[in-house]
Amino acid sequence: MQTRPMSLRRRIEHLVGGMAAVAGVQLLVLGLAVAPPDAVQGQPQRLMYVHVPSAWVAYLAFGTVLVSSVAYLVRRDLAWDRRAQAAAELGVGLTGLAIVLGSLWGRPVWGVWWTWEPRLVTTAVLLLTYVGYLAVRGLSGDAHVNARRAAVVGVAGFVNVPVVHFSVVWWRTLHQPPTLLQAGGDPRIAAVMLAALLTGVVAFTLGALWLYLRRLRALMPLAPREDGEAVPVLEVTVTRGAPR
Amino acid sequence: MVGGAGTAEAAVRPAHRVVLLAVVAIGVLGLLAASGLGNSLVYYRTPSELAAQPGGSAQRVRLGGLVARGSVRQEGQSVRFVLTDGAADVTVLHRGDPGGVFQEGQGALVEGTYAADGVFRSDVLMVKHDNTYQPPSEVARRSAERGPIPEGSV
Repeated sequence: MQTRPMSLRRRIEHLVGGMAAVAGVQLLVLGLAVAPPDAVQGQPQRLMYVHVPSAWVAYLAFGTVLVSSVAYLVRRDLAWDRRAQAAAELGVGLTGLAIVLGSLWGRPVWGVWWTWEPRLVTTAVLLLTYVGYLAVRGLSGDAHVNARRAAVVGVAGFVNVPVVHFSVVWWRTLHQPPTLLQAGGDPRIAAVMLAALLTGVVAFTLGALWLYLRRLRALMPLAPREDGEAVPVLEVTVTRGAPR
Repeated sequence: MVGGAGTAEAAVRPAHRVVLLAVVAIGVLGLLAASGLGNSLVYYRTPSELAAQPGGSAQRVRLGGLVARGSVRQEGQSVRFVLTDGAADVTVLHRGDPGGVFQEGQGALVEGTYAADGVFRSDVLMVKHDNTYQPPSEVARRSAERGPIPEGSV
């Protein structure tokens, strides 16, 4: 089989993956060794450097679902539906990861694995919402029907994201309020700890982007070529006759 | 691919997908209901609120406040301390080890009953820490310079 020159998409994918790996190593070094333990919380506070990035990149993923869902509803192009699906899968995984990491952090610091307080409950609702989004996709045999229903859930479900973020501000919670993303005031975090946190955000964003690109590639429909190798085809949607 | 005008819709509706959807919907409703149990979506009461409306001595409530400095005492198997919100204080007698990073100057949430003798007897304690992140050296340095650092609000 003849090898083809690597496409630009594939090159970008490799580059993003490489950068994610580098940032991941930097995160390990900063988070485990360079950053000091917290004066109040001790060593478990290091989980912040992965727990917070998980949550933030999950929000980013669900924002991508929102944008892609709107784009699908406007253009009826299934490429947007695939982008929404891949983003929702990532968002669900990252939200679940954020909950697990938060629980591991909470047990030694709060004293409990879980409690029914507003931040935790709204995050669980967020997770279930997008699990529902993924479930809705499989109800029909028609790709456009599934895409339309999913897009509606993808747009409506996004309201949960600001609810999760502001839950610690609107209601009384066990979970502490935001340190960085707060309205006004100086952030109260030591510089080296902030550096570790931001490195975590970069590493998780790049890692999620790498997974996203790979997933999109896997979701693309294929057609065989003369030399036997399958290539992705562009989706052409005829709007007349498509369900609205 | 030309959009099939609903022709395939009647054909395939996998049962497990419907079940999953129903489970998710029930789960969401159940979570909302569970979180609403107790005092109408208020996760804990403050010492001032408890002082104003003590409620029945058999009623289980959750109280949250700052652990007052110098108030922590060991009493056999229990720990005695004072929770404050700056305006009112409540004495708490907690059965068992506090757990977590329980310490003076940080917040704590306790679950239990508020007896007529003015002592809150709890058996569940959760530590509520603030949203600051500093190394021990920095905290010690600031304490040496100008006394205790401003405590985070509960």
